Amino acid sequence: MRRAFLIALPAFLLLVLSGCETTPTKDEAAEVPVEEADTTEVDAAEARGIESASGFRGHPLDDPDSPLSKQVVYFDFDSAEILSDHRPIIEAHAAYMSDNPRSAVTLEGHTDERGSREYNLGLGERRADSVRRMLVLLGAQGDQLRTISYGEENPAADGHDESAWKFNRRVVIVYRER
Amino acid sequence: MRKIVVGCSILGLFAMLWVAPVQAVLTIKITRGIEGALPIAVVPFAWEGGSAGAPLDVADIVAADLRRTGRFAPLPERDLPGRPSDGSQVDFRDWRRLGTENLVVGRLKAQPNGNYQVQFQLFDVFRGVQLTGYSIPSTARDLRTTAHQISDIIYEKLTGDRGAFATRIAYVTQSKGPDGNKRYALEVADSDGYDPQSVLESAQPILSPAWSPDGNKLAYVSFETGQSAIYVQNLATGTRERVAGYPGINGAPAWSPDGRRLAMSLSREGNPEIHILDLDTRRLQRVTYNAAIDTEPAWSPDGRSLVFTSDRGGKPQIYRIAVTGGKAQRLTFEGSYNARASFSPDGARLTMVHGDQGAYRIGLLDLETNALRVLSDARLDESPSFAPNGTMIIYATNDDRGAALAAVSVDGRVHQRLTFQKGMVREPAWSPFSD
Repeated sequence: MRRAFLIALPAFLLLVLSGCETTPTKDEAAEVPVEEADTTEVDAAEARGIESASGFRGHPLDDPDSPLSKQVVYFDFDSAEILSDHRPIIEAHAAYMSDNPRSAVTLEGHTDERGSREYNLGLGERRADSVRRMLVLLGAQGDQLRTISYGEENPAADGHDESAWKFNRRVVIVYRER
Repeated sequence: MRKIVVGCSILGLFAMLWVAPVQAVLTIKITRGIEGALPIAVVPFAWEGGSAGAPLDVADIVAADLRRTGRFAPLPERDLPGRPSDGSQVDFRDWRRLGTENLVVGRLKAQPNGNYQVQFQLFDVFRGVQLTGYSIPSTARDLRTTAHQISDIIYEKLTGDRGAFATRIAYVTQSKGPDGNKRYALEVADSDGYDPQSVLESAQPILSPAWSPDGNKLAYVSFETGQSAIYVQNLATGTRERVAGYPGINGAPAWSPDGRRLAMSLSREGNPEIHILDLDTRRLQRVTYNAAIDTEPAWSPDGRSLVFTSDRGGKPQIYRIAVTGGKAQRLTFEGSYNARASFSPDGARLTMVHGDQGAYRIGLLDLETNALRVLSDARLDESPSFAPNGTMIIYATNDDRGAALAAVSVDGRVHQRLTFQKGMVREPAWSPFSD
């Protein structure tokens, strides 16, 4: 679980810094070296430090300019509907998983603290399932994906108002295998 | 004498659990509702034993129990006109002048074998008659429980309601360990917060403790394996068993009134559905069939139906269904969010989390009139649980002062706040009577 938070943190900060602008422009999308990952072993790419147009050396999942570096999807209250500005994140991960069939992901569903804990377990699962369905629709294979709900038990942000809650209603995309 | 027999069975349990010196990790304060309380004089009990003094202030525990209900106002010790320990020493005229209707006197005697005898009498001061009196055998370990049993007897005599002082509460705490990581614990304490015992500790979340009807076991949800699973733990021996560990959610265990079955919410078929597990045969029966979240089942006292939370109508609301399945009937229509319902011991009412206009409070629904009453007034109240005598509801609350437990009388008059010395506390579950 700590790993999950560490992975989630940069994405979290990025979202804070960039506000609502989570949809990359066409130019930015062109800079993402997903194509290279396609023809290269993931480990090799990491070892060689393939240089992307943005000057980032390393794994595309770690490239702050890539939508792949965003591994958290946020939700409205009591909703599992994927908001349109989070779709590009899921599209990028679906493409990556499709291109890297050995990659494997756990989708962790979370809620804010409001309401009852057991209902929130159900809601967290529904959110994880919602992301799972979209990933599969866009090319990921079902056996690459696992889901788990933590309900309200593992908040990303402390606090008892919307400024914390909006970061807690989330699905975290955790790569078990890259 | 029924209660003394209870004492013996509780003694056995405590003997197994007792490890640490008795301490108050939890303090209970009445925050509202002491006006109109009935004055009562509880005289410090005489000590008949060694020069080291009495091992416990029994009268102090009894007075605190009675005070916490909000229905009694024990007089300060300095106002008492005498220190009688036996009916023969009582001059009722002294006590009538105080304006107190009732008087409790007693004595604690050391026995040659190291055990104790606790004797008490309750008097009606104005009529000058004894209302009740017992001589109860006890032991060093059991003295607190004996004191609570005395409170139970007095409370029942004066109010007509059975007392629930000699009961316990289970709850979950979350704190930070020395390594900075979260530590979760499932704890059981006396109903006055004393003698907390940790029955499970984990680095992963624990939730939804549920008492078996005989008070000997707890079912709960633990994430200790990395995913949710339901366990049943014997409190006396500490042994436990995983009874549900299916893929997906294993949540919300609830004991049938006969203690032979557990209702639960499982998402093994894809989304959370209510199931009933027969604990003897391990046969699993599915009760609900709906694409919505169906969770938080609770049994009606007659064991024939379940209430549960479902968002099949778009928002979480409370529904009722026969344990054999069939059509579910919606019970709640007020408020945008109703969840985690449970029956009052007489089956006439439901308590639940009631969400309306962004505030989550404790609601009480009368099943006869369908009238909903909101009993609490914070923003993040949850997990309501009836006392076994149905007079109080304990619940979890969360605000600027932190996560705490609170209790409210079902008439909404008396409010208590239960504060723990460290960590966050939640998910309270009041034990049944132990006989």
